[in-house]
Amino acid sequence: MEVPILRQGQYLIASIQSALTDADLSHLREALIAQVGRSRCRGVIVDVTALDVMDSFAVRTLRDIAHMARLRGAETVIVGIQPDVAFAMVQLGLTLKGVATVLDLEEGLAFLDSRTKATLDTKPKRGRG
Amino acid sequence: MGEELRLPIAADVDVVEARQQGRALAAVAGFSSGEQTVIAAAISEIARNILMYAKKGEIILGLVQNGDRQGVSVVAIDQGPGIPDIDRAMQYGYSTSHGVGAGLPGAKRLMDEFEVDSVVGRGTTITMKKWRRSI
Repeated sequence: MEVPILRQGQYLIASIQSALTDADLSHLREALIAQVGRSRCRGVIVDVTALDVMDSFAVRTLRDIAHMARLRGAETVIVGIQPDVAFAMVQLGLTLKGVATVLDLEEGLAFLDSRTKATLDTKPKRGRG
Repeated sequence: MGEELRLPIAADVDVVEARQQGRALAAVAGFSSGEQTVIAAAISEIARNILMYAKKGEIILGLVQNGDRQGVSVVAIDQGPGIPDIDRAMQYGYSTSHGVGAGLPGAKRLMDEFEVDSVVGRGTTITMKKWRRSI
């Protein structure tokens, strides 16, 4: 089951539609990292609302996506972790340390807007001072 | 309790199938949706372990009863290489397969009972159970 990746402005949105196998997750990682470069995007949203379970492999893959995207110049935010999934993750001892997570897609877009704006603002502006 | 579900594990789609069947069985046993997810996550970890280390094996799901307590049992069987050092394999963060090392210790944390029986060169059997909290 391939995860559709949509482009919206400067961002890529990967919207997981159903349970994913390990191969599906690895494929998503490769596809996202390739597209970050191709589309020169500044942000990535991975919507996991439909994920039934996040086990150690899923968590590791999401962490890898976030770190790899950052190395390619894009911020990643994970949205839509369900309460039951969060409960099981905590019991498993899994964390998404260093990875931004917010409640839903809307918050994800707002988060990326604030983050990418912040980085743009810190860059020296051309033609001034 | 006679109901028993035997699921072959030989590809990553089988891992997904096993955890979904496990969730369904946990629902039948009356577990809350949070606990169903916990059981599904534990199954996912040990089913993946079969794939990674033994390539193939089997997950057997069943309902269990102890007095008036209901629960589910999950047995993972493979004829793989076996675990040479079980104590080490049960340490959180230890992995011989570039994993995160959360597989066995993670599954143990999620379940109420957890037993590993492994013979090097023969295979591994993991038996785990989760009991419903009495109301």
